[in-house]
Amino acid sequence: MLLFLEQCLNGLQFGLLLFLLAAGLTLVFGIMDMVNLAHGSLYMLGAYFAATFAALTGSFVLGALLALIATLLVGMAVELIALRRLYGRDHLDHVLGTFGLILFFNELVRLIWGPAGMNLGLPPSLNTFVEILPGVPYPTYRLVIIAVALLVALFLYVVVMRTRIGMLIRAGASNREMVGALGINIKLLYTFVFGLGAALAGLAGLLQAPILTVQIGMGENILIVAFVVVVIGGIGSIRGAFIAAIIVGLIDTLGRSFLPDLLRLMLSKEAAATAAPALSSMLIYLLMAIILVLRPEGLFPASGK
Amino acid sequence: MKKILPGLFRRGLFALAGVAISAGAILALAAGQIAAQQKTVKIGFVSTFSGPTAVIGNDMRNSFELALDHLGRKMGGLPVEVIYEDDQQKPEVGKQKTEKLIQSDKVDFVVGYIWSNVLLASLKPVIDSKTFLISSNAGPHQIAGELCSPFFFSSSWQNDQTPQAMGHYMNQKGVKTLFLLGPNYTAGKDMLAGVAATFKGKVIGEELTKWPDQLDFSAELSKARAAKPDAIFVFYPGAAGVQFLTQYAQAGLKGKIPLYTVFTIDSLSLPRQGDLALGVPGVQQWVNDLPNAANKKYVADFKAKHKAYPSFYGAQTYDAANLINSAVVAVKGDLSNKDAMRDEMRKANYASVRGPYKYGNNHFPIQNFYLQDVVKDSEGMLTLKTVATIVENNRDRFHNECPMK
Repeated sequence: MLLFLEQCLNGLQFGLLLFLLAAGLTLVFGIMDMVNLAHGSLYMLGAYFAATFAALTGSFVLGALLALIATLLVGMAVELIALRRLYGRDHLDHVLGTFGLILFFNELVRLIWGPAGMNLGLPPSLNTFVEILPGVPYPTYRLVIIAVALLVALFLYVVVMRTRIGMLIRAGASNREMVGALGINIKLLYTFVFGLGAALAGLAGLLQAPILTVQIGMGENILIVAFVVVVIGGIGSIRGAFIAAIIVGLIDTLGRSFLPDLLRLMLSKEAAATAAPALSSMLIYLLMAIILVLRPEGLFPASGK
Repeated sequence: MKKILPGLFRRGLFALAGVAISAGAILALAAGQIAAQQKTVKIGFVSTFSGPTAVIGNDMRNSFELALDHLGRKMGGLPVEVIYEDDQQKPEVGKQKTEKLIQSDKVDFVVGYIWSNVLLASLKPVIDSKTFLISSNAGPHQIAGELCSPFFFSSSWQNDQTPQAMGHYMNQKGVKTLFLLGPNYTAGKDMLAGVAATFKGKVIGEELTKWPDQLDFSAELSKARAAKPDAIFVFYPGAAGVQFLTQYAQAGLKGKIPLYTVFTIDSLSLPRQGDLALGVPGVQQWVNDLPNAANKKYVADFKAKHKAYPSFYGAQTYDAANLINSAVVAVKGDLSNKDAMRDEMRKANYASVRGPYKYGNNHFPIQNFYLQDVVKDSEGMLTLKTVATIVENNRDRFHNECPMK
């Protein structure tokens, strides 16, 4: 039972991290109608920036803040220089263009930081564990990730639902021509949205850095899972991304930890040992397939689309 | 008009003649090159040169180049030509690159292969073309057993051997219950089977993680702690070893449950693992401080050139170059005499940096395995040190399944 609770916490932490990635992805996808494969590169840049700035300033928190700003700026620059030319084109062009950006950023990182990767150390106050329940120590830092991601979720909710800029974002998602016709600078809005998405990806990357370390191509595998979250949650819906991310995080973690034991009850030991890892890594894709059959628009389709 | 046209015409003729002459020259050059190519030893080198594990491929290449420098870049009087190919750590890419080396480059030897799954996918085209393949790292049990071939040699080990030695060591340390963790691919399964083959206590849990993309081990570490084992055994090669040790410490397991490893701490990952690796034992067939002359020269020259310690990946690749050299020298550069080259390689008649070893019937080494520990050298740099010999002249446990005698 204790193990189950601990694994739920692990799943929640993974899910919330996915939410940070998926929120940016779904904003850009839903509002700008832009398939951004380079989202994982921004995640990687966030981690590299954080490792560099933390080493320069000697402070984890300061390094993280500077990295966040840097990723925001890089995101806006990418939108201004590259992506602006791709609007109104086919999704296949988006995929090609942003795939090119992945190659570009991987090579850029290799040139600047070298191929070996970096470490982002935690301050001693975070590099410990707390006993959440008697006999169950849990890494403090993973609790911090949960807290930060929940705060970001709240912040996004307030920005999107309660502010003028949020209203414009929602309006832009429903009918961009009308928003433009009403005299809103839609180009500026897009640059802002993309920068926000980039900063969220960067935040996810720098939060993961102390756990997974910093290396080239670190954003590519997790991006696939983030796309699964976006599809399950409904494209363009931040609420959907939040719920779907937690579901995916829980299913993946609980599947990984309990499926082998479950299969062992039904199959022979050898068959279970081969089938379990394969099946548990497929679970989230199975979930996506089921959702696509039952609700092709996702769990929470963005309104007006 | 009359004047200009013939002028143009004449210039055109000159141009045509020029093209014809240069084309002829190129053809002649090309013919010369083909003639020259038949007098070189052509080696195809397949390893990982991109992505997070490119550091391993680079280390192997550096050691191979160092070996060629030591040989004067010649083998049996013939100049050596090496073609490096990047397998991207993917079996399908490795197979394709291997086929390219065999079919269009027509290499005499294929060397390298970090990953067992890449090697298994690439084996057939090399063997079918009767080209020698020297694996300088991967040693899947299939190739030691039913897939063994007269054209395959290992300059490293069979996957199970190293964890088997670690199993012996854990018996010595009185470990009674053990939890196993490793990546879910060919080598990961071999490693966990290897340790289970010699460990006399009880294996109370076993987790295989998705490879190579799963890098967060929170769920597995929680399970391992809940199982309350005497010790945890892991195999996480390359960058994954850095992530594992970091998360092991963050989960509060360091100092609580002892960790035993194979291929998780090496000179490439140590700079990033730092103090987390202190006190974590490992097993290897080669350590940088082995006191033989060939090894002293290799380590000293490598350090002078690259300002870092070589890794076991590099040492095995350095050996592979010298193994090939022994064969080419034995036939005096007659690369068509494959039987004589095979007979020579079977003797392992060269100065291996691990010290002398023998080949078994399946062309896998019969060799010693050492316990290694992490220490700081005189300059404060973390490095590995030999502590003890765990097993001597160890032979892999699959050689009986190999039909070769």
